[in-house]
Amino acid sequence: MSLKAFHLVFVVVVLLISLGVGAWGVRVQQVDGQGWPMQLGIASFAMAAITAVYGVWFLKKLKHVSYA
Amino acid sequence: MSAAATEIPYDMEPHPLTRMYNGKFGIWLFLASEIMLFGALFSSYVLLRVGAPEGTWPIIGAPTVLGHEILNVPLAALNTVILITSSVTMLMSWYYLKLNNFGKGQLFLLLTVLLSCSFLVVKYFEYNSKLHHYLVEFDAPLVVDGEQVSYSRTYPTANGERTVHYLHGHITETVKDEDGYVEYYKFAADPRKPDHGHGHEGDAGHGDAHAGEHPEIELRPGDYRRMSNWGPAGSTFTGIYFTLTGLHGLHILGGVVVMVYFLLTGGSMWKKLPDKYANRIECTGLYWHFVDLVWIFLFPVLYLL
Repeated sequence: MSLKAFHLVFVVVVLLISLGVGAWGVRVQQVDGQGWPMQLGIASFAMAAITAVYGVWFLKKLKHVSYA
Repeated sequence: MSAAATEIPYDMEPHPLTRMYNGKFGIWLFLASEIMLFGALFSSYVLLRVGAPEGTWPIIGAPTVLGHEILNVPLAALNTVILITSSVTMLMSWYYLKLNNFGKGQLFLLLTVLLSCSFLVVKYFEYNSKLHHYLVEFDAPLVVDGEQVSYSRTYPTANGERTVHYLHGHITETVKDEDGYVEYYKFAADPRKPDHGHGHEGDAGHGDAHAGEHPEIELRPGDYRRMSNWGPAGSTFTGIYFTLTGLHGLHILGGVVVMVYFLLTGGSMWKKLPDKYANRIECTGLYWHFVDLVWIFLFPVLYLL
């Protein structure tokens, strides 16, 4: 597996964990009523969106680099 | 012995069996051992947490003694963003070397080093605040000038219940006698903990109601049962927290050393064997991505859940 392939795995993991942290923040805010987990959740959702956009950009930019 | 005999085989071209050059195969074997190392520590974390008595593990909103307030979530979130960005710069360094652009490759490698150092600086501040913060345990409530400054928690025991009184704060001065023994500590107490009533049961009703500023007090050995900073010996949680984050920090430091070495010596290697240099940066990048992935799992596991 090349660095390109590992980076793709990395981006997918970051995307999934960002979505997970976002969902966690919303849930904790609903259960505990604390403000900062919600802020962290919103930031995580924003991070997930940025990561998704970056992922597409990265795939286009390294189109000619091998995965092997 | 001829030069051909000492040449390392498959240094740049793929090996027919592994279909990768030997350096990359080596780094993947190393990363496999790293997965086992961190996997064992994550398993230890899970077992310690599952086995912890109720009310003793710092969960957000729960009335624990060493609660989530010892964890700086904004700083950890900042460090997460820093490491994710460093993975991107690491990839770009390799990418530009593959395009035969040595200047940009080294520039992105330098950016990766700077981001890694930022991570370590943030970590230093995080550790420093914990190591200078103390938890003091008392058998009876601590009263200063007629006001109770400690707060209490009651734990279920085999014989009923046990109430412990706590005080958090900083040691501002250690006063010693002529023989060098500690006479007393000047202790700046944190504001008393408010009640934790965010829908959690357990000890929530045992906390004291009011939070406020406390004056500096004198603590003499014998006045308290136990005094410990929020370091590795503070609690089971801080022990596993420092073990995991400390080991991860050492991996970051190791990566920085390797990258600085390539920044300093990369020029001469690039002139002789540019492909070999790009391969070395790829191996460094694989290691770096692994270290970043470890942190991405550590952050929610230690700081949020």
